Amino acid sequence: MTPTQNKPSATLEKVVIRFAGDSGDGMQFTGSQFAFTSALVGNDLATFPDFPAEIRAPKGTTGGVSGFQIQIGTVEIYTPGDAADVLVAMNPAALKSNLKFVKPGANLIIDIDAFDKRGAKKAGYEGDPLENPKMEAYHIIQAPITSLTKKAVADSGLDTKSQMQCRNMFALGLVYWLFERSVDQTIKELNQKFGKKAPAVAQANTDALMAGYNFGLTVEALPSTYKVPPAKKASGTYRHISGNVATAWGLMAAREKIGNILFYGSYPITPASDILHELSKHKHLDVITLQAEDEIAAVCSAIGASYAGQIGVTASSGPGIALKGEAIGLAMMAELPLVILNVQRGGPSTGLPTKTEQSDLNLAIKGRNGESPIIVLSASTPSQCFEMAYRAVKLAVEHMTPVMLLTDGYLANGSEPWKIPDLGALPPIQQPLAVAKEGETFLPYLRDPEKLSRFMAVPGTPGLEHRIGGLEKQDQTGNVSYDPANHEFMVKIRAEKIARVANYVPEQAIFGPKEGELLVVGWGGTFGALRTAVKELRDEGHNVSLAQFNYLSPLPKNTAEVLGNFKHRLVCELNLGQFANYLREQFPQYTYEQYNKVQGLPFTIQEIKEEILKHV
Amino acid sequence: MSSNSNPPLTRKDFTSDQTVRWCPGCGDYAILAAIQGAMPQLGLKKEDIVFISGIGCSSRFPYYMDTYGFHTIHGRAPALATGTKLSNPELDVWVVTGDGDALAIGGNHFIHLLRRNVDLNVLLFNNEIYGLTKGQSSPTSQPGLVTKSTPLGVIDRPFSPGQLAMGAGGTFFARTIDTNPKLMTQIFVESSRHRGTSLIEILQNCVIFNDKVFEDVTQKETQDDHQIHLEHGKPMLFGKDKEKGLILKGFKLEVVTLGENGVEEKDILVHDAHEQDPSLHTLLINMTLPTHPVALGIIRDVEAPTYGDLVKAQKADSQRKAKVKSMQELIESGHTWIV
Ligand code: SF4
Repeated sequence: MTPTQNKPSATLEKVVIRFAGDSGDGMQFTGSQFAFTSALVGNDLATFPDFPAEIRAPKGTTGGVSGFQIQIGTVEIYTPGDAADVLVAMNPAALKSNLKFVKPGANLIIDIDAFDKRGAKKAGYEGDPLENPKMEAYHIIQAPITSLTKKAVADSGLDTKSQMQCRNMFALGLVYWLFERSVDQTIKELNQKFGKKAPAVAQANTDALMAGYNFGLTVEALPSTYKVPPAKKASGTYRHISGNVATAWGLMAAREKIGNILFYGSYPITPASDILHELSKHKHLDVITLQAEDEIAAVCSAIGASYAGQIGVTASSGPGIALKGEAIGLAMMAELPLVILNVQRGGPSTGLPTKTEQSDLNLAIKGRNGESPIIVLSASTPSQCFEMAYRAVKLAVEHMTPVMLLTDGYLANGSEPWKIPDLGALPPIQQPLAVAKEGETFLPYLRDPEKLSRFMAVPGTPGLEHRIGGLEKQDQTGNVSYDPANHEFMVKIRAEKIARVANYVPEQAIFGPKEGELLVVGWGGTFGALRTAVKELRDEGHNVSLAQFNYLSPLPKNTAEVLGNFKHRLVCELNLGQFANYLREQFPQYTYEQYNKVQGLPFTIQEIKEEILKHV
Repeated sequence: MSSNSNPPLTRKDFTSDQTVRWCPGCGDYAILAAIQGAMPQLGLKKEDIVFISGIGCSSRFPYYMDTYGFHTIHGRAPALATGTKLSNPELDVWVVTGDGDALAIGGNHFIHLLRRNVDLNVLLFNNEIYGLTKGQSSPTSQPGLVTKSTPLGVIDRPFSPGQLAMGAGGTFFARTIDTNPKLMTQIFVESSRHRGTSLIEILQNCVIFNDKVFEDVTQKETQDDHQIHLEHGKPMLFGKDKEKGLILKGFKLEVVTLGENGVEEKDILVHDAHEQDPSLHTLLINMTLPTHPVALGIIRDVEAPTYGDLVKAQKADSQRKAKVKSMQELIESGHTWIV
């Protein structure tokens, strides 16, 4: 919703704000400050950082622009928003690369001091970017951010470079004023961050923040301010959490529940590395992290840890998962627990490392040699990564199998408020430990009659000495066997073991009525856009529901029923139709329509709504 | 149940019920026998011993040991064993690998294992050939060797496992040979005592695809002149009557004969396996026939923190400093707000 002008204070249901500047301009800090302050006010919100494609692009060029988008609302917020109502552009390059994410009629707050000839040229503009007739579609607020910041911090004693690093606080102050937010939390934060070590820096940033705020108060050229009243949220203690941190914490919570060690073998890769960074901070909570020499060593070391009775986890993104395939097959064959996190990005090959996509579903479900089924899960929102990572460990350990959890770059880096759970209430996790019986030979491939999973014989346990491996095994004894009938039997029992996991996962839920005209089908990280689109259309009176799948292989037991209760099914995903084809294979009795996007970008709510309207 | 209260373990306790399936006459049999003989001498509980292998003839090894065992995938045993050892330091973990497994497909894991100094014992069966895939050249095959994949002779320069180990910062390197059970057993026992990655290169004869490749080293008539058995603290003497020895001339090792040109025993180098500087160890590793004898025995055995030690130390350190003691505390820490 675009703020309307000429009113002293307008109330908005929700609003999207985007901060954009040079990668050195501190846009991520600025955005997260605004997010936290809004959360304290009680807004629901979702954020997404837009990191520059290049690490150290020349200053002022579009390659080095860093952005941060946040949607805040008095209503429930499921995405960071399709397009911004307010854009803060710290230089011409930021304007140039972000205008496509801005709604017509939006407020553009620009640092007019940076919009000189040189700045425009560096950004690749010919002439003055603000003179372009296209710009008439926006309400431009020209704020002399650089010069006023300089003035505000002139007496700080800081060098010019440090002075300039306060510009983002000026911009933040202005945005705080625009949305009637208090500056207190940020001042507190600045003091915590710099107070002891560099009080002058804390003071200068505070001064810049206040200067920005006061600029809003005093300058007439600015529009009215806006109110976004608190959202109605379940009561409790909240915090912000990003998908990658939630994933890491979910694993750690599962470890704590079992009481063993979490071993994380990983090789740096975008966008999964932050999970490694997070886990590496918590060695005191029985986490071992190994930055392995390559992706294969990463997964193999995790399997080695699982073999030792611990929780072996590895993570990567598409290219790395491809490298891990053989080892995942080994864990499947040896029937050992293993959690593989795939933070999907744009593929194929190196693809679009910093962009999001859902094109590794085939790889997850089928990407190994031989008949090698594993459990495949996905997470829907940044905070739900916690629950799904916990579930991944639980299923891997209890069913003695690899589990792949699919998240994506959008979930990994996105963040949202999370109601802090009581960890005591999480379901227990039972390791199916084998027990030595006096006078009996241990049979490593004896199975639980219900789950069909074998029992874990941890090295170090007397009387359970045994050998396992990647060669086909004889039923029960686990001895190497080339017997044709045994091979087929084992292939089938391993498949049946995974199929039976359906008995242990929740039934598929539906948003909206359980039967009707159109069922929108999605999986994983598209939840926010699909949920919002479906809700808005339902509110407008359309007959549409949503089934967002988290359990992909095996599918929940009621899937056929869920799909069958609607006249049409529209499968929306960020690939060319991998889930749609999977459903066709599993439930050929239904027809499926598809909506696909492969641009490295998440769905917008608008495009989903338009697509749905073609089907209802 | 502690093994201490039980009768002492014997070779039989380590022999599994599986039929051994190597080719008759394969050097692997002797290695297996030597390991099974060495095991009771380690003073360990049987259940704490784990054999982890990759792929290849040698990698069938775990099936024949009545211990815990894991026959994994090609080249990856060092990586897998790293995870096992780090997450359960109580275990005594043995990696069984071959020249193709360790130095070709698993080369990366091999060098990184050595660089990290994970406390594992690595048995590298070096037969300079691919056996299981029926006779292709390996990274240790000698130039000119005619194999199925090199009908015109090998043109790759061979790797030396010991040289790689020195380059990767290895802390223990020993070389032995399948024809010498006594030396094998002694080295296996010693390697288990070493804290850190113990790499044992075992020159192993593949009767089928590379028969007699080490004949020059092992031939009865010449073996005393063609081998030198290095022992820490002892002069580097060899030959039937220990009449030959090694001296350092410039940057090179030279073979001398006692009594000739005024050479006395005091001129002969004394082996110091504990010397941190790997220069002389490397020279010893690099000795080849016909100019020098082939060095056997424990060539390098130096102390250095193991990876596991460092993992443990970091954990202890972070436990001391940690403000947050549980997951509940962690998720409630930092910025939170109440609705
Ligand atoms: S092929 Fe060679 S190495 Fe393999 S079992 Fe036969 S003799 Fe031994």
